Amino acid sequence: MSTLATPILNYALLAPILIVLGGALLGVVVEAFVGKVYRAPIQLAIALASVVIAFIQLWRIRGESSTSAAIASVSIDGAGIFMQGTILVLAFIGLLFIADTDNFTAQASAIPGSAEEGASIAAGRQQTEIFPLTLFAISGMMLFPIATDLITLFVALEVLSLPLYLMAGLSRRRRLLSQEAALKYFLLGAFSSAFFLMGAAFLYGYSGSLNLNDIATAVSGSGDNSIFLLIGIAFLSVGLLFKVGAAPFHQWTPDVYQGAPTPITGFMAACTKVAAFGATLRIFYVGLDAAQWSWRPVITGIAMLTMIGGAIAAMAQRDIKRTLAYSSITHAGFLLVGVVALNKSGLSASLFYLVAYGFATLGAFGIITLVRDSAGEVTDLNRWVGLGKRSPVVATAFSFFLLSFGGVPLTAGFIGKFSIFSAAYESGNIAIVVVGVLASAIALFFYLRVVLMLFFAEPKDDVVSVVIPSFFTRIAITICFAMTVVLGVYPSLVLNMTETFGTFLR
Amino acid sequence: MDISNYLYLSIILFTIGAVGVVIRRNAIVVFMCVELMLNAANLAFVTFSRINGNLDGQVASFFTMVVAACEVVVGLAIIVTIYRSRRSASVDDASLLKR
Repeated sequence: MSTLATPILNYALLAPILIVLGGALLGVVVEAFVGKVYRAPIQLAIALASVVIAFIQLWRIRGESSTSAAIASVSIDGAGIFMQGTILVLAFIGLLFIADTDNFTAQASAIPGSAEEGASIAAGRQQTEIFPLTLFAISGMMLFPIATDLITLFVALEVLSLPLYLMAGLSRRRRLLSQEAALKYFLLGAFSSAFFLMGAAFLYGYSGSLNLNDIATAVSGSGDNSIFLLIGIAFLSVGLLFKVGAAPFHQWTPDVYQGAPTPITGFMAACTKVAAFGATLRIFYVGLDAAQWSWRPVITGIAMLTMIGGAIAAMAQRDIKRTLAYSSITHAGFLLVGVVALNKSGLSASLFYLVAYGFATLGAFGIITLVRDSAGEVTDLNRWVGLGKRSPVVATAFSFFLLSFGGVPLTAGFIGKFSIFSAAYESGNIAIVVVGVLASAIALFFYLRVVLMLFFAEPKDDVVSVVIPSFFTRIAITICFAMTVVLGVYPSLVLNMTETFGTFLR
Repeated sequence: MDISNYLYLSIILFTIGAVGVVIRRNAIVVFMCVELMLNAANLAFVTFSRINGNLDGQVASFFTMVVAACEVVVGLAIIVTIYRSRRSASVDDASLLKR
């Protein structure tokens, strides 16, 4: 029995995560002790400040690479730092949408429609637990893509998921729907975590180590198709594919995206995808690279199914949030193309795609929060008809995000799709490129259908209106719009960065 | 006794849990089945720890227990809120979000 050694932690490299966690803890204290008038602005200030400070610290350590920052549990490397930075930038914009606390229930514990709830709204008692919860989720998301140890991966997965389950249930309007989304997300999320953990146990049984690098050594060393290895890869992949929302594990996505408060849906869709794909890329590129004969054909099939299935299902939707949910499933398929490419350009292309997708998603969901009638947000697509006639600016911005999703040239989405398909072509996987282009064409069809509905149809419904966005929402939508344009017209700005940063430390 | 029997037991427990999640209708029972799956993974970790002759698996099982406890806190909060809103913890009744 060996003696316990004191762990050596490199705090400078871990600081970005620790700063966000510290902000979250501070937020909990503020929630308990500060009066209702000052609580919301203080919470927002703490949340934005910790994200900004974490980003500054991340910028200072951008050139570093180390596998021993927390013994061997995390690797700080280019790709990890890039994904952490992406998560922080997207989370900052997400927080600007969340700043509009009008979207969240005043008191989560009150029964929907009860006198208690009415009283707390009338008294202006707005709870702001959403901010610390968001920060906890961000810290988990930042840990997930740099974790190199199956247990750290599992803990990070839970740290990012548990707050999100709660946040999904905090909508002010349509509370029952929102709570139902929280229940579904929680039960299915916990189910998938159990699969992830079982997979981790079997990979540990196969290799005798929890570390991804040791697993990689064990896989390339033995070369036999051990049943432990196969069970491990299969279960671990189920857990990951569930989190990224790939078919056939996508069923939770439309329900949760529809039911959750819209700012949370945007945050969840953008940041969770970055974190989950970050971890997926690391596990497959670093840990299971040598066992590619076992998982690559299967993931290729799943990517094809996800792209085509998501695109076809999206066409049948009448609710705008569900449409975007299926669209995010399609994008998960495109990103899986980057995973199976399994080469350097596949990694950089995935990084770029995540940035482009993240900005467009946040912007699109941000605009959905603005289209309302007297009962709250209008998500029925039929009532959006002709919105372009009444609010041309908002409709143009929304159409632009949709065109970026569809991959029309001069938008960020086009560059993302182009680079990801060329990486797949480079790896010699022609079939997936053909299916991918076909799926993009189907997807583009339904994006264009929505755009046509917005601009070239007569409005039928006079009740729907676009509310004047709050200061924060306006800034956030402007940033998303600007980034989508800039990345489309001048992509080398970020493409060069993904080239430099797109490496995993092995 | 052959140590691989513990692995078979773990797989059986995991399967019982997974089947339970799919077929049971009460949210609390579904949740208990998830916990059973986590504990099955724990048993596998400890067994592999014994087979491999290192302590990593036992440490992992401690982490799993802590995470499972956190999951109980969040999960019960959500289930209790749902129950108070609609007087039912059945996952079939929660179907306002159309398919």
